[in-house]
Amino acid sequence: MSLVDILKQRLAKTRNNIFGRLSAALQGQTVIDESLLEKIEEILITADIGVMTSGKILEKLRQRIKKEKISDTKTIYTLLEDEIEKMIVMQNHVPMETKLHQHKPFVMLIVGVNGTGKTTTIGKLANRFAKAGSKVLLVAGDTFRAAAGGQLEIWARRSAVEIVRQAEGADPASVVFDALTSAKTRGYDVVLVDTAGRLHTKVNLMEELKKIRRVIEKQIPDAPHETLLVLDGTTGQNAIQQAKLFSQTAQISGLVLTKLDGTAKGGVVLAIQQELKIPVLFIGIGEGIDDLEEFNSHDFVKAIVE
Amino acid sequence: MFNDLSLKIEGVFRKLSGRTSINEKNISDALREIRVALLEADVNFKVVKEFIDQATTKALGQDVLHSVSPGEQFVKIIHDELVIMLGGENAPIRHAGMPPTVIMIVGLQGSGKTTFSGKLAQYLIKRGKRPLLVAADVYRPAAAEQLQVLGQSLDVLTFTPAEAKTNDPVKICFDSITYARQHTKDVVILDTAGRLHIDDALMKELELIKLKSKPNEILFVADGMTGQDAVNTAKEFVSRLDFDGVVLTKLDGDTRGGAALSIRSITGKPIKFISTGEKMDSMEEFHPERMASRILGMGDIVSLVEKAQETIDIEKAQQLEEKFRKNEFTLEDFADQLKQIKKLGSLESILGMIPGIGNKIKNLNIDDKTLVRMEAIVSSMTPKERVRPQILDGRRRMRVAKGSGSSVQDVNRLLKQFVDMQKMMKKMGKMNPADMMKMMPFGNR
Repeated sequence: MSLVDILKQRLAKTRNNIFGRLSAALQGQTVIDESLLEKIEEILITADIGVMTSGKILEKLRQRIKKEKISDTKTIYTLLEDEIEKMIVMQNHVPMETKLHQHKPFVMLIVGVNGTGKTTTIGKLANRFAKAGSKVLLVAGDTFRAAAGGQLEIWARRSAVEIVRQAEGADPASVVFDALTSAKTRGYDVVLVDTAGRLHTKVNLMEELKKIRRVIEKQIPDAPHETLLVLDGTTGQNAIQQAKLFSQTAQISGLVLTKLDGTAKGGVVLAIQQELKIPVLFIGIGEGIDDLEEFNSHDFVKAIVE
Repeated sequence: MFNDLSLKIEGVFRKLSGRTSINEKNISDALREIRVALLEADVNFKVVKEFIDQATTKALGQDVLHSVSPGEQFVKIIHDELVIMLGGENAPIRHAGMPPTVIMIVGLQGSGKTTFSGKLAQYLIKRGKRPLLVAADVYRPAAAEQLQVLGQSLDVLTFTPAEAKTNDPVKICFDSITYARQHTKDVVILDTAGRLHIDDALMKELELIKLKSKPNEILFVADGMTGQDAVNTAKEFVSRLDFDGVVLTKLDGDTRGGAALSIRSITGKPIKFISTGEKMDSMEEFHPERMASRILGMGDIVSLVEKAQETIDIEKAQQLEEKFRKNEFTLEDFADQLKQIKKLGSLESILGMIPGIGNKIKNLNIDDKTLVRMEAIVSSMTPKERVRPQILDGRRRMRVAKGSGSSVQDVNRLLKQFVDMQKMMKKMGKMNPADMMKMMPFGNR
């Protein structure tokens, strides 16, 4: 079986689950009435889309049903898909490949709360860039969690890329400083900076993140060229708060949504996109080195609605 | 019970004047608010539905008490019902008749199993146990190393795949029990790998570990920020392993923690611990009332009071009381008080626990360094100056500012605050001791 097939299979697992849900909701429904809309609301809310955003989608749906005089329950399906997809932001984002060619080194900063999968995402990204022929450097900026550096080192070995790390407890800003100095002199194409997981409510830790950003900016004026917030796909409405506060401190340019190989849908990113206009760039669908996919809004919506 | 939700519901009820009892008509709007509050707190959709139905049945027909408004009363009914659902027996950890006791830790990736294992070890040591940590995660890179480093920092022995000379988690867990006996350890903590509930092979592995190692206790660790999917995960883990208790992690953030209610009502298993930070001692036993308030967005005043009682030195408080009475409160005591406040944790976390303030401080930038700076200023004064601050003239103030790395304005501000406080003390000194105790921020009752 090819890799693509494996990926497809995994995504299918997620899809089947919901496929059952909407078709079950439509079963025996011949007219579009309140009870059907209520079922749709349930589908939206259980996908973590949230009360407010679900309400907005339903409102649009109601308007269109009325305006377009829709009576066939099967059409609801397309309408719903359409309305959700409209909420997804893709504009204003320069593709990563373009950015990669504009900057050398291309610096990426990865942030997020604890346990969302930052280090794993970096491991996968490293592999992706290395495969494309880039000279990649990983920076072990998580000096707090026990063995975080060791974890990143194993990922570095897996894709045969270099890593800069210091002892546990070292100042992350100084690790980053050293790494960027050598990245510049030794001609790296891509620098991926890992950071310790931190809850967005911890003022001191968020200040530390600001400092890391400052150090990067000082070394390379227009860097970091991409700052990714890694969100756990199983997280509920708190993800909105995470995105808000991390944006304030670290100017997030893109989101990575992980753990979508389970039954969670990650619908909360719709609310985040509505509010902050930050695009989702990647989704994580497993622990393997290739289990990172570029975000596809159509597939994502399908996974919620189908 | 004054908070956003109460206010909203208050508004709903105000529109309906002249009601004397809670009936289906006058609570339907209030119910809508409760429903939204619960859903926004990430309580599962179906669980919310069931819960509201139950609570409504209880509320209907109740007469509105004179002392409270219908809104407040209704919120209280909901709150109490939530407490009942979240609570139940808070069974402590079951220990084996014949040591070692085996505790198995399971959960999704990134929920905080390894960190919790370390905290549990620390918790057990404090209770006179000798735990062994077992690294049964052979999949995630450096997982064993992480547990080992944690073990070293706690001075706890760790059993790793390298030590077990095998990469089979089932065998590692099984062998660790003999190893524990050989090293006179009486509790074995099995830190298993994170896995998705739909990963059949890995779930089977857990079943095998359970079968072979016969744990006395299986704890399911769940991220406190989990959304709607919490029910799917919990359902699968409980049906496969029939775990004994739940641990909720990452509750030191601002999540409302609705997953607690979802997991509790789906599995019927008690929530045993909550985890509130990255330090090894930030683990607490579960309190249903606090969780209920949190889910409803009502702040956590009980935790604050309890935390204050735990950290504030009673003896010092009494000494201070004595000084208030005799009007001998000096800058030295002032610095002492600052230290006590600091022990409570960050200012933000303290304020976050106060109902009604919780949501409002998010945009306020609270700087814990203020306290440190104030302390530095007092520390830069001579003993004489601390007792008699009136001798601090311009030159002395300049010296203090330099010594503490602050500005003369900072010093002036602190002195003014101190004088204000002294004035307040004087007033309090004239009151009788009982009244005074009520006014003291952290006095013992």
